[in-house]
Amino acid sequence: MISIDVKGLSKNYQIAEKEPGLRGSLKYLFLRTSREVKAVQGINFSINEGEMVGFIGPNGAGKTTTLKMLCGLIHPSSGLISVAGYKPQRRSPKFLRKITLVMGQKQQLIWDLPPIESLLVNAAIYGISESETKRRIKNLGEMLELDDELYRPVRKLSLGQRMKAELLASLLHLPSVLFLDEPTLGLDVNSQIRVRDFLLEYNRKYGATIFLTSHYMADITSLCERVLVLHKGNLFHDGSMASLTEKLTPYRSVKIEFSNLYPLSEFRKYGSIHESNDHYVHLLIPRERVIPNISEILEKYSVTDLEIKDPPIENLISRLFLKDSKK
Amino acid sequence: MWKLFQSIIIILKIFAKTSFSSEVEYRLNAFVELISVIGNLLGSIFILSLFYSSGSTLGGWEWNSSIVVLGIYIFLEGFIISLLQPSLTSLVKHVQNGTLDFILLKPMDTQFYLSSRSISPWGLPSIIGGFSLIIWGISLGSYNPTLIDLMMFLSTIVSSFIILYSLWFIIATTSIWFVKVWNATEVLRATLVAGRYPVSAYPSILRFLFTVILPITFLTTVPAQSVLGMSSISMTLSSLFLASIFFSISRIFWSFALRFYTSASS
Repeated sequence: MISIDVKGLSKNYQIAEKEPGLRGSLKYLFLRTSREVKAVQGINFSINEGEMVGFIGPNGAGKTTTLKMLCGLIHPSSGLISVAGYKPQRRSPKFLRKITLVMGQKQQLIWDLPPIESLLVNAAIYGISESETKRRIKNLGEMLELDDELYRPVRKLSLGQRMKAELLASLLHLPSVLFLDEPTLGLDVNSQIRVRDFLLEYNRKYGATIFLTSHYMADITSLCERVLVLHKGNLFHDGSMASLTEKLTPYRSVKIEFSNLYPLSEFRKYGSIHESNDHYVHLLIPRERVIPNISEILEKYSVTDLEIKDPPIENLISRLFLKDSKK
Repeated sequence: MWKLFQSIIIILKIFAKTSFSSEVEYRLNAFVELISVIGNLLGSIFILSLFYSSGSTLGGWEWNSSIVVLGIYIFLEGFIISLLQPSLTSLVKHVQNGTLDFILLKPMDTQFYLSSRSISPWGLPSIIGGFSLIIWGISLGSYNPTLIDLMMFLSTIVSSFIILYSLWFIIATTSIWFVKVWNATEVLRATLVAGRYPVSAYPSILRFLFTVILPITFLTTVPAQSVLGMSSISMTLSSLFLASIFFSISRIFWSFALRFYTSASS
């Protein structure tokens, strides 16, 4: 079953332009000029029920705009969206009960009160009975490893605890479609892992569809088999992480350690040198040359250690975006 | 229908509980608010007494009747402090921080949510003070309100609430475009001060303005007239009619404004 279906989705904004300085401000007061920004330009994709999909792209690529259109917060300029069988922009209560939006940089918990109070407010809004609320708080709380924290004022919680409580508040109505905008933003590595594990468990337990944006590639690689890459409002890639890597780079990263010293110039013919020191060289070798080149190196030099990897996805993506912006 | 009503009551109860408990985290505020209400009350009575010191009347209104008008004004001010100000403040904050997103995604009426979500207990002294003034004003006079008078008073004061609420919410709604609208509500509040005195005390041009353009007459003078036996059924009905018009405008305007909501960027 298809959970999210998007056809020809576009969004244009009118943005007022203001020149810097006092003069610009005065001009802005009387004569406003605006220009049209095409945030999202006719994208198509569909996501099956229970699928976990990563949504990446540089800042300003149109990720959040797309996410907000999928939730029904922003009306699309053109195109069709269907989420859980509903048209999001109508924001019908039945639709809203099926989805949730978690934003890493914004919070819905009441700042001065313990999270439990916010949970009770949400339970009342979604019409969840008292016993059911208790049961869900217990279950989700265990999955998130939240306990006493629910009874301490939000302002006294750490960022990680707050995010976990935020997740609990957003999932109390057990939505089947989760939109997550940078859910691990600013969290330390341990909390990031905890949040990821929780999302995996929630997905398995409730068969929920998860649509996730993140700047931490580890979130995407550990959660999502499929990844959508948005760039300047266009869908650049829709497929597996491995196919994205292949698409992005014709090279593999090869790190070699030697027992002896060799002149660096000797290695230039095998590939481009990424970094090096006395006994170590890091090469980027064209995929089809990896096997022959390494065999030759092993034959000619005294190698003590060897590592062959795809370059880190972060580097690949930033390189892609850099390359595109130079064009 | 009954189920809907029940769930509304549950939601209101929990909203009141959470907003009260988050307000009492700041206890000093309670004390300051109490002092300011007492000062405001005594000051207003003193100024009013100056008008009557020479034995004259204020626009044909006796001293005791003016006290009733003042009482209604202070009563309404308590209502502003307890309900309108907190919810407006929270709406503006939500628009500014982009957390309005969360509210728009809740399966309930967003105007209802925003208007009832934040309640502050600090208007209570004004509400009690205003109510006492109304009782005192009535007891000073010779007229005993009948049951019909009281019913008309109840309807007109409810209309005042609704008119005031709608005006306030319409202004708050403009924050979707302008974000910071505190100043606009200050202007409204300053204009409402005119409701301290019976509307007939003002020159005819202002009287016209306060009746036709800004319904200040309907906020304080009309309820006072009903409890003092100076009103009519038709006046009560027009007050209710006006309230329903204002309320409908506030709802239509809110759903219109939401179409322009672009949500703060992350």
